[in-house]
Amino acid sequence: MQTLSGVGQRVVWGLILLLAVIVLNFSLIHMAPGDPAEVIAGEMGGATEEMMASIRATYGLDRPFHEQLLVYLGRVVQGDLGHSFFFDRPVTELIVGRIMPTIILVVTSLLLAVLVGTFLGVIAARNPNGLLSHIVTVLALFGYAAPVFWTGIMLLILFASWIPLFPVSGMYDVSSLGQGGWANFLDVLHHLVLPVVTLSTIYLAIYSRLARASMLDVLGSDYIRTARAKGLSEFLVVYKHALRNAVLPIVTFAGLQFSQLFSGAVLVETVFNWPGLGSLAFDSILRRDSPTLLGILFFSALIVIVANILTDLSYRLIDPRIKTGAQG
Amino acid sequence: MTDKALSDGGAATDDGLDFSLKVESPAREAWRMFIKNGAAIVGLVILGLVVVTSLAGPLIYQVDPFDIVWAPLSPPGTEGFLLGTDYLGRDLVAGIIYGGRATLAVGAAAALITLVIGLTIGALAGYYRGWVEAVLMRITEFFQVLPPLLLAMVLVMLFSPSLTTIAIAIGVVSWTGVARLARAEFLRIRELEYVKSARAAGARHSRIIWLVILPNAAPPLIVTAALSVGVAILFEAGLSFLGLSDPNVMSWGYLIGSNRPFILDAWWAVTWPGVAIFFTVLSVSLIGDGLNDALNPKLRQR
Repeated sequence: MQTLSGVGQRVVWGLILLLAVIVLNFSLIHMAPGDPAEVIAGEMGGATEEMMASIRATYGLDRPFHEQLLVYLGRVVQGDLGHSFFFDRPVTELIVGRIMPTIILVVTSLLLAVLVGTFLGVIAARNPNGLLSHIVTVLALFGYAAPVFWTGIMLLILFASWIPLFPVSGMYDVSSLGQGGWANFLDVLHHLVLPVVTLSTIYLAIYSRLARASMLDVLGSDYIRTARAKGLSEFLVVYKHALRNAVLPIVTFAGLQFSQLFSGAVLVETVFNWPGLGSLAFDSILRRDSPTLLGILFFSALIVIVANILTDLSYRLIDPRIKTGAQG
Repeated sequence: MTDKALSDGGAATDDGLDFSLKVESPAREAWRMFIKNGAAIVGLVILGLVVVTSLAGPLIYQVDPFDIVWAPLSPPGTEGFLLGTDYLGRDLVAGIIYGGRATLAVGAAAALITLVIGLTIGALAGYYRGWVEAVLMRITEFFQVLPPLLLAMVLVMLFSPSLTTIAIAIGVVSWTGVARLARAEFLRIRELEYVKSARAAGARHSRIIWLVILPNAAPPLIVTAALSVGVAILFEAGLSFLGLSDPNVMSWGYLIGSNRPFILDAWWAVTWPGVAIFFTVLSVSLIGDGLNDALNPKLRQR
């Protein structure tokens, strides 16, 4: 019951955060230099003083800040994030069509990074001065220092041009679109390999390091000594007793990293022309299309908030002792 | 004679015996640990090379990085252009040398802004607790929900790309980690005996925060500062890769971004600037790790 109310508090706080994002978006439009009426007039191909005044009246630009904010809030609540001048479509419609590819990319990368990273970290922790342990350290340094978009481009040159194993860009092959579900799935998978490997390099490094440290910590504790003393096999000790506790900080960290992962996705999607929110953000920068870019900021914040709540839930499932509420 | 010895600060007595206690200052001890660390020295050397090249390089190698000097996409070595030319026929050696200036300047400035915002918010939250902490940590949580690169993109696009805007935008989106760390340190240290005694002696809050607690919270914050320089450099590179760089200033990320359509014809134009970014960030990271080992006494036994 207490768990439930904790989750309820989280959801309420999430809604407040979302409201704050909307207010931030609106203030940014307001603070930015340049008159929005002039932008609209420019899109129409010039306007007289009277026409400018009528534009201001239609869009409510002549009303005080708080009234405009309320109007804007009302629109966003109804799912209206404005109109993209460049694409000439509602921003919401543009964004909704791009969410799935980004989620596929981000979630696959996160899973790969957490699974492989934890695995590497655990093996490294069992022999802290061994070769693999050093490899993990070097990998972590590389993952931190190499700009993710550059890693992506290097992989493209290597594995799409010099050794053409993978497609250069996009999410589907035009030729496979007509085929059934399975062929389509394999095609997406084929296109997914390089972007996912690129995006997970940063996090693979972080998680393997984190897992190594966390495992070393847990393996030195009393209950592990007890488990060994009562004659459990090394496999059971490491993978059942120790890992369950060592994995907690990794899950917490993975949840906190979600917004960072989104930042990486913008760059990776741009490199591979992956048709998600990130490449849409890149396009809207090229066209100076601020309603679309602000809409993406709003939607990605929404996704991060939902992901945080889900992380909190999974944390409770892994460790039933945690029952403290939203204040965490 | 005795007077002179005392005024020199020495404790040597007339018979030549030295009774002074050899107490090493913490900073000196940390420095001694730091220079023993091979990786950190490598980092220091690389960073030194990068800084010297970008500051002194333009004086020796006088080629404008925006000048078209040879045929586009000439491979490395063509006509003495060591690294080749880019898609417009600009010299990549000049691009790397000049690009370092923007990268280092923005990286350092942004890291400073990150540190000032994060430290102020974290210190106030950790020291005053209560509603101040509640409000400040809620603000921090709000910023953690916004993908930092996206927010920086919005800020730079709305307020036009200049080195100043870019540095401020990076600072504004990346202070949350520093704030959380500073808060944790202040929460821990404010309960210690010497802070209590400073308070009992009637020291003002500002004095306790900046002169009593901050010096003792410094070690982890110094390490974070070093690492945030690396993060800021990566951010600057990412923004200029996406086309959000000062159009009058050459930068490494811009070189990669503008040459991206030609990667299948000319690997060199995108490779060298990335190598430059990689080694710069690597050097900062090695220095950060070295500082961490030197400043964290608990790790020294390992």
